[in-house]
Amino acid sequence: MADETRPTATPRAETSSGSDRPSGGDRPERSERPDRGGRSFRPGGPGGGRGEGGPGGRKYFRRKKVCKFCVEKVEAINYKDIRLLAGFVAESGKIVPRRLTGVCTPHQRRLSSAIKQARNIALLPFAGRAS
Amino acid sequence: MNRTYELMFIVRPDMAEEDQDKLISALESAVTTSGGQMKNVERMGKRRLAYTVRKFHDGIYILLTVDGSGGLIHELERRLRVTEPVIKFLTVRIDEEQKRLDKIKAIRDARRKVSAAPAPAEASGEAPAVPA
Repeated sequence: MADETRPTATPRAETSSGSDRPSGGDRPERSERPDRGGRSFRPGGPGGGRGEGGPGGRKYFRRKKVCKFCVEKVEAINYKDIRLLAGFVAESGKIVPRRLTGVCTPHQRRLSSAIKQARNIALLPFAGRAS
Repeated sequence: MNRTYELMFIVRPDMAEEDQDKLISALESAVTTSGGQMKNVERMGKRRLAYTVRKFHDGIYILLTVDGSGGLIHELERRLRVTEPVIKFLTVRIDEEQKRLDKIKAIRDARRKVSAAPAPAEASGEAPAVPA
């Protein structure tokens, strides 16, 4: 979908840092971390939020991750809602950590307990794919 | 002290419809005799289990919503445990969560009313904004 992992314009950004190029802020590049399971957990929230900013700083800046539940104002995280929960479970059945999904702490807490309840009633697997 | 619980249980996939009805009505009578109330019965139907339970790969999911005391839930769980076709069950208390959700909803509604009355433009700004 929006996989813009082209490392274009990065070598040039260092050499021509003195020129009057507008700082490359209008095309957010994705960070190079491998996506777990090929799924993109990030909702298309507002971009921006560079840590270092400015040309000649770091090559890749991360898009600021936002909590899906805060943005969409989903408050009810229920163990029955498997479709929602499955988005936060890795292929192996593990709960995906907050630092990868960007979910805020209070929501991650509810999310993990909901996933554990769903596992208990065999809606989600403890390990591996749902057979 | 009555609380609201959700009782979800799985029965074996080859259980007949009448037997399920019998089981549910037996549970319901147990609820009413101890002063509780069965608020809802939902048959979620047959679905695949995420892992093998007692050598079954499928199961029929049934969800009950029950008002009652903790002692009643204890009794219901005991019954489910001794009922042979029930292969798994889970009880979750939902009234506190519901209270929390209602509170959030009330706050949001109040805020929407306040922001909608003086300036309708502000209501659109409340939604996930476009990046500047």
